[in-house]
Amino acid sequence: MNKIRLLAAAAVASLGALAVPQAMADLTIGVSLALTGPTSALGIPTKNGIALWPTVIAGEKLNVIVLDDATDPTLAVKNTRRFITEDKVDVIVGSVATPVAAAMADVAAEGKTVQLMLSPVNLPEGRGGWSFRMPQSTAVMAIPIVEHWKKLGVKTYGFIGYADAYGEAWLKDITPLAEKAGMKQVAVERFARSDTAVTGQVLKITAANPDAVLVVASGSGAAMPHRALVERGYPKGRIYQTHGAATMDLIRVGGADVEGSFVSSGPAVVAEKLPDSNASKALGVQFKSEFEKANGKGSANQFAAHAFDVVLVLQKAVPLALKKGKPGTPEFRAALKDAFETMGRTPVSQGVLNWTATDHFGYTPETGVLLKVVNGDWQVVN
Amino acid sequence: MDLSTAGILALDGVTNGSVYALLALATVLVFAVTRVIFIPQGEFVAYGALTLALLQLGKVPGTVWLLVGLAAVAALLDLVDAIRRGLPPAAMLRGVLRTLMAPAVVAALTVWAAPLKLHLLVQSALTLAIVTLLGPLVYRLAYQRLADATVLVLLIVSVGVHFALTGLGLVFFGAEGFRNPSFWDQRFSAGAITLSGQTVIIFIASIVLIVGLFLFFERTLRGKALRATAVNRLGARLMGISTSGAGKLSFGLAAFIGALSGLLIGPTTTIFYDSGFLIGLKGFVAAIFGGLASYPAAALGALLVGVLESFSSFYASAFKEVIVFTLIIPVLLWRSFQRGHDDEDEQ
Repeated sequence: MNKIRLLAAAAVASLGALAVPQAMADLTIGVSLALTGPTSALGIPTKNGIALWPTVIAGEKLNVIVLDDATDPTLAVKNTRRFITEDKVDVIVGSVATPVAAAMADVAAEGKTVQLMLSPVNLPEGRGGWSFRMPQSTAVMAIPIVEHWKKLGVKTYGFIGYADAYGEAWLKDITPLAEKAGMKQVAVERFARSDTAVTGQVLKITAANPDAVLVVASGSGAAMPHRALVERGYPKGRIYQTHGAATMDLIRVGGADVEGSFVSSGPAVVAEKLPDSNASKALGVQFKSEFEKANGKGSANQFAAHAFDVVLVLQKAVPLALKKGKPGTPEFRAALKDAFETMGRTPVSQGVLNWTATDHFGYTPETGVLLKVVNGDWQVVN
Repeated sequence: MDLSTAGILALDGVTNGSVYALLALATVLVFAVTRVIFIPQGEFVAYGALTLALLQLGKVPGTVWLLVGLAAVAALLDLVDAIRRGLPPAAMLRGVLRTLMAPAVVAALTVWAAPLKLHLLVQSALTLAIVTLLGPLVYRLAYQRLADATVLVLLIVSVGVHFALTGLGLVFFGAEGFRNPSFWDQRFSAGAITLSGQTVIIFIASIVLIVGLFLFFERTLRGKALRATAVNRLGARLMGISTSGAGKLSFGLAAFIGALSGLLIGPTTTIFYDSGFLIGLKGFVAAIFGGLASYPAAALGALLVGVLESFSSFYASAFKEVIVFTLIIPVLLWRSFQRGHDDEDEQ
């Protein structure tokens, strides 16, 4: 009998807990992240970043719902529908994987709710009208690499990248940029994170002997082709990595073989090493100290920084949108989209954003920073 | 392509192929004895490599707690079984102790040894012990009750076990990958081809294991019992061979082979918590060559998979996996034309 009463009490209590947040007109944010599955390495630090979000934004109490999408587009779409129909969220955040975030975009547009993507998704014309990207586009991040190649007089380059959307986006963006600078692409090779060897691809690249090689991969997965290149005698100082690899995991797994190589990165990870003139320096330093206080030294990475930046853009846009409607209403959601498109230059920890009605990537060209691995740490290359 | 490139690619292919061969042998072994298509075979590879990686960092790997947890559940089930059958308390205690003993000793040893950062070989031995003991427990908990179910049901259970082990791998090891130190840093050069010490170790270990398995099946009573179970389960049972014991033994061997493969490839590539699946799948493709029955054909198939993979990564890296896994179609066609259709699965 006692047991039943206890159960009933627990049920009532949990019902109450469910009912409370919906009763008040808070600012509700629905977050769909890959906490499991192949891109959990990106989703988990993002979630740690979300744990540090403030409880109030622009005077509105924050109500955050985090769901796992397991890097599965179907599940992410289901989460997004739930956010829109059940939770009536004001903003959708996520996901961290490109194909997953792309699948969510259509649902967000259908539900007329702003989506802040945590992945640099390229969508065809006419799609993703309600989706804004928090990460830099690959086109912006390719700029510092090509600029550096120009300075060194690179004439030919090789490409080895993931056989997925990330690799594809880089190939598509760097090809015209390098071509304009008069550089020739002499080898294009693909690999997968779970491959046991990349000998074939690396042999082909070293046989073409380009002046520089770009490795397009993420985290510790980027170390494998890097080490294979060095093993085949390719000079370390001519290997370039993308911002997906700009984490300490590259150095941890790559060891001595990544020493002297270059990485294109957003400013947040190296905030304290930036010149004072950089607009992101102060914000980046703030993000790093807050995040590393909670998660340990060396834990800050770009994915957590995107979570930090979500708060920054909301802090700027929500007051503008509040003038036109209350959170939880369609008016507010439409006003939020307008605010994002018209609020102008917004410095965040990962660069300077300038979203417009036609550009939902918005990062300005000076955003990317080129880093060099020196003594197992990052050094900014000027 | 010149000769030296072909040589490098062939060497690389044979190296990976010998690891696939080990996994193919384990897949064939498990299927022959228990009729389980053991999809989680690859998980043991990742567990092996990553358990060693965590020991290298001086941490106690989560696999130890999994081992203790599984052993405790298995012991509990044994106890319930024993009570149902009305065994005397002394026999009950003996049964529980037998299940708990080895995992408890290995766990205690690991907890004690992990912070000491002992020699790489000691840590490897510890890793092998941890992962090998997981095998029989997985059989005990997931398959033993279903030993007489159809191949399809066992396959579905395998898929479930695969997801469970991958998920636990994420909890234990985190989402980022590790690369283990090489067992032997020596390099041998012959023209453009360099043979690393690790490659030599992979070859030697594979050959030793294959010969060892051959001797085990041909010369020992336990090995013969396994073969008897593979030929005819009911007949074996009538001859006094414990089929559940045979199942546990084959899973133990499979886990041991998986962990060893993990230790072998750990220094040559970055291993993630979910890397094992694809590696195991390639072993499975190789096992298909032998119709999940012939060990030599599976080993040859594995070498073919390795070499094909290596050469296709040179010619068309974007289609590498497509080429490797498409291989299974002509092989299946050939086998079905050769053997005709039979319903041995439905018996």
